[in-house]
Amino acid sequence: MATMNVKEANAAIGLEGGPSVDASRRARFAEFWYYFRQNRGALVGLAVFLLIVVVAILAPVIAPHSPTAQVRGAFLVPPVWEEGGSWEYILGTDAVGRDILSRLLYGARFSLFIGVVVVTLAVVVGVVVGLIAGYFRGAVDTVIMRLMDIILAFPSLLLALVLVAVLGPGLMNAMIAIALVLQPHFVRLTRAAVMAEKTRDYVTAAKVAGAGHFRLMFKTILPNCTAPLIVQATLSFSNAILDAAALGFLGMGAQPPTPEWGTMLAEAREFILRAWWVVTFPGLAILITVLAINLMGDGLRDALDPKLKRS
Amino acid sequence: MFRFLLRRLAVLIPTFIGVSIIAFAFIRVLPGDPVMLMSGERVMSPERHAALTHELGFDRPLWIQYLDYIGGVVRGDFGSSIVTKRPVLDDFLALFPATLELSICAIILAIVIGVPLGVLAAVKRGSWLDQSVMGFALVGYSMPIFWWGLLLIIFFSGVLQWTPVSGRISLLYFFPPVTGFMLIDSLLSGQSGAFKSALSHLILPTIVLATIPLAVIARQTRSAMLEVLGEDYVRTARAKGLPPRRVIGLHALRNALIPVVTTIGLQVGVLMAGAILTETIFSWPGIGKWMVDSVFRRDYAVVQGGLLLIAAIIMVVNLIVDVLYGLINPRIRH
Amino acid sequence: MKTKMMFAAALLAATTLSGAAGAKTFVYCSEGSPEGFDPGLYTAGTTFDAAAHTVYNRLLEFKPGTTETIPGLAESWEISDDGLQYTFKLRPGVKFQTTDFFTPTRDLNADDVIFSYERQLKSDNPWHQYVAGASWEYFNGMGFPELIQSIEKVDDMTVRFTLKQPEAPFLANVAMPFASIISKEYADKLEADGQMQLLNQQPLGTGPYEFVAYQQDAVIRYRAHEDYWNGKQKIDDLVFAITPDASVRYQKLKAGECHLMPFPNAADVEEMKADPNLKVMEQEGLNVAYLAYNTQMAPFDKPEVRKALNMAINKQAIVDAVFQGMATPAKNPIPPTMWSYNDSIEDDPYDPDAAKKMLEEAGVSNLSMKVWAMPVSRPYMLNARRAAELIQSDFQKIGVNVEIVSYEWAEYLQRSSDVKRDGAVILGWTGDNGDPDNFLHTLLGCDAVGGNNRAQWCNEEFNNLVMQAKQASDQAERTKLYEQAQVVFKREAPWATLDHSLSVVPMRKEVEGFVQSPLGDFAFEGVDLAE
Repeated sequence: MATMNVKEANAAIGLEGGPSVDASRRARFAEFWYYFRQNRGALVGLAVFLLIVVVAILAPVIAPHSPTAQVRGAFLVPPVWEEGGSWEYILGTDAVGRDILSRLLYGARFSLFIGVVVVTLAVVVGVVVGLIAGYFRGAVDTVIMRLMDIILAFPSLLLALVLVAVLGPGLMNAMIAIALVLQPHFVRLTRAAVMAEKTRDYVTAAKVAGAGHFRLMFKTILPNCTAPLIVQATLSFSNAILDAAALGFLGMGAQPPTPEWGTMLAEAREFILRAWWVVTFPGLAILITVLAINLMGDGLRDALDPKLKRS
Repeated sequence: MFRFLLRRLAVLIPTFIGVSIIAFAFIRVLPGDPVMLMSGERVMSPERHAALTHELGFDRPLWIQYLDYIGGVVRGDFGSSIVTKRPVLDDFLALFPATLELSICAIILAIVIGVPLGVLAAVKRGSWLDQSVMGFALVGYSMPIFWWGLLLIIFFSGVLQWTPVSGRISLLYFFPPVTGFMLIDSLLSGQSGAFKSALSHLILPTIVLATIPLAVIARQTRSAMLEVLGEDYVRTARAKGLPPRRVIGLHALRNALIPVVTTIGLQVGVLMAGAILTETIFSWPGIGKWMVDSVFRRDYAVVQGGLLLIAAIIMVVNLIVDVLYGLINPRIRH
Repeated sequence: MKTKMMFAAALLAATTLSGAAGAKTFVYCSEGSPEGFDPGLYTAGTTFDAAAHTVYNRLLEFKPGTTETIPGLAESWEISDDGLQYTFKLRPGVKFQTTDFFTPTRDLNADDVIFSYERQLKSDNPWHQYVAGASWEYFNGMGFPELIQSIEKVDDMTVRFTLKQPEAPFLANVAMPFASIISKEYADKLEADGQMQLLNQQPLGTGPYEFVAYQQDAVIRYRAHEDYWNGKQKIDDLVFAITPDASVRYQKLKAGECHLMPFPNAADVEEMKADPNLKVMEQEGLNVAYLAYNTQMAPFDKPEVRKALNMAINKQAIVDAVFQGMATPAKNPIPPTMWSYNDSIEDDPYDPDAAKKMLEEAGVSNLSMKVWAMPVSRPYMLNARRAAELIQSDFQKIGVNVEIVSYEWAEYLQRSSDVKRDGAVILGWTGDNGDPDNFLHTLLGCDAVGGNNRAQWCNEEFNNLVMQAKQASDQAERTKLYEQAQVVFKREAPWATLDHSLSVVPMRKEVEGFVQSPLGDFAFEGVDLAE
């Protein structure tokens, strides 16, 4: 995901202002990387995020136990440094004797998966709809923007909650619901950018050269609107993880025994005053992941937004 | 100004109609037959099932059901809960003050702490202070608040036993609601200790709900301040030798606050989403918890009416923010 | 540190609970909000605890701690020889509560009784639809509209019910919460004021506690009824603190913020028992969870096959995994706390090898079947999916392949009652009135096939026994018939009986006089707090 972001960013910068050649692309990436590197927080975020990606990929190799295996007689074992803990279960076990560390490691997969799927869905739908609205304007635009207003009129989590209730609780439906509530932001951004770009000379030139609607929209205009979209996508990535965890916590997201972090928290609630570790670690995992992504997002914005670059 | 308002209203009405259609449609496509659920494990006879379906009006064409519903809404009738049989609006009005009280306290806390922190960070740009404020803001912004609430409960209620675990006031105190705001009602009741009890119940939920708005406001204030501090008139004021405190307080802050006000207005939706989680964690009897409970109870009428009312409130607040913004900043009026 | 905290808790308890000037306040941390305060409109136990058992009485009451009926507002009754006429003699001098919102001018009489029933029975009664969507679910569910021919006032203090057919459980039914007796005088006043909906918001009855106030989703307050016919309660103020989260309830109980709580987390029970400030009561709930085969479909139409499958299920494992021990394996279709429970019946042993052999002898091999798992958690089955997974692995051991299916709850209930349903269904039942008829006839009788009889099982011998018991009015005779019916049930095995969940009630040490109800009610008549 991180490398894809960089690539996308690369492409975006490479294309800024007209046709590109490889050399200028490389130079622009170097420039981006130069600014990104200035931001220590962003680098830390990137490093942590890459670590989480590695953990997610290698979960089956590094997890000491199966994430769903219940060990009778090992209920609510505390973490190793507490009295009664053991190296067998480094972060302790939950109420049915499952190893928390292993569940957290596997949980990283779900969180990243949720982020990727939701952002992809929201970006693809949002960008296409936004392009159409901004490019054609008129009645199409009005209808689309009213629809987006309607979606934005509801608190996002409430809308997602009701949507999941309609679709049926589960991880897949939760992702669809979250993507739907996140997508108006992409529509608005894309539309605004398209409207700004549409009157530029290079677009007129392409039009004169005989480019069709499709080519104009996707090949000529879109590549020049990518910078704000990338920043928004990073934000949405962390929002998606948070919202999915919240839905899981409310019992409407991933269903037990899936080791999704929010769902783990929901299951842990009844032990809140007796076994702090079952509550603490899943939340900490969510916080660290979201924080890393937001740090990266800040760095990306600083590196991509020329206005802030100057100040 | 008047034309601006009219234009905004012209957008608001179709949006509201759209919202009502969506809220209505959701409920019709929710799986599960509400009539069937009324009797649980006990099987209902087909005749009785048909009779009840008819009685509740579920057998009529959808568009008639919709028009009927909208007709009621216009008259202030949002239907009755399937579970409690009480009018949805009554329940909403009974519970809304709890959410409002919590939200107001949270937004005040967020402003009182967030704005000064943002100003400080901007003025001392690049210092350790700036970095730690921004670091905390980012943590707050990334916080899964449902977990944050649980942690606070573990520490303050469990370990230290300083704060109660749930509810709005100790059971010891009992007085009829006047304003619906527990803080005010407890003072009005004249019972000693009641206010303190209400306050101690309010503290943790307020902190939890304020977390994200606080972070957003601090960040927004900082960047708005930075922008303003770079403007010519501020530099002029500085060059004229005005004391820095005056420059920041009088010139910079006032202008920087314009975008901040908008940000605060936009936090209403965030607060509502936050209220859903906060109220659930602290058993706070407000509309956030009411909505979650109703979704789980499949109380269609409440989900529908609640969605509509909440969306209406958010839309109206956004309109007010827009109008205020238009008043402060004439450029926006086009 | 620990002693210090305990001291702090004790101090807190002392300060929070003593209340004002010697008035005794009892706080019950209830599990949820009542749906309303008219017991006739609802079916949830939470609502009955808050309305029926505090504010109201019924003609007959359940003797505390049992499922037997005793006189309530009716002092005595007579049943005609043909079992069709029930004549109730009302208790004289029963006072209604005097509250801020209503002052009664007369005592209980026959009009109140007739009003309480007719508003549910007659669709032309002005109170039949006094709130939107009123559906009198229990009144209909217990078959009253088809059963009751007429209700007459014989004199001011005598009411006669005429039934269309003999129905022995009728007496238990009139003791149920939905049959609570409401003041007609109060209702008339509300009707005259055009405020009928208040009946469901400010209840007024003859019961031990009178309603003071309800703060939605937070607190319900009651006061002792001064002129209660059965003696004024020792508790002055009764408070329901609505606390949906079980761990929060426990926290409050520990801190002394409440005296008694329902439905603890299984995981907390051990700790509660060890706490010197608490005591814990336990009893089997009036429920059963079962796996119902479709007995009209091959090969499940053969009792040997059903029996073999039953022997393959490790019930203890289900009890451990799903309830953490807070349940007991079930051998009969009715719970042990119910009268006529046949304890002499031997449960099928858990024996996979014998089960496998029995299947082979029945000529069944390579069997594949569906097991339905409920999508919701119910008191008798907290986690049906987990139970289904255990059954799946149990059946695997005897070579039976299981596919687990589930549907949305309403659809599950509907589809599972279909006669042509494919597969065995996990479901259960919580008793309504403590009468065995409510389990054996309601769930296993021939006329319930295609409905509540999820096994689609119609056995002539069994059905004759329960029909006979339904019409006999002698309790001893009925007991014998039901015991016999349980023998037939065990032999024919239309269900695998899975478990009866335990109802566990933790309370503060100082609570006195609380009696656990096998019906699952939380009633506070006769409760006191030791000084």
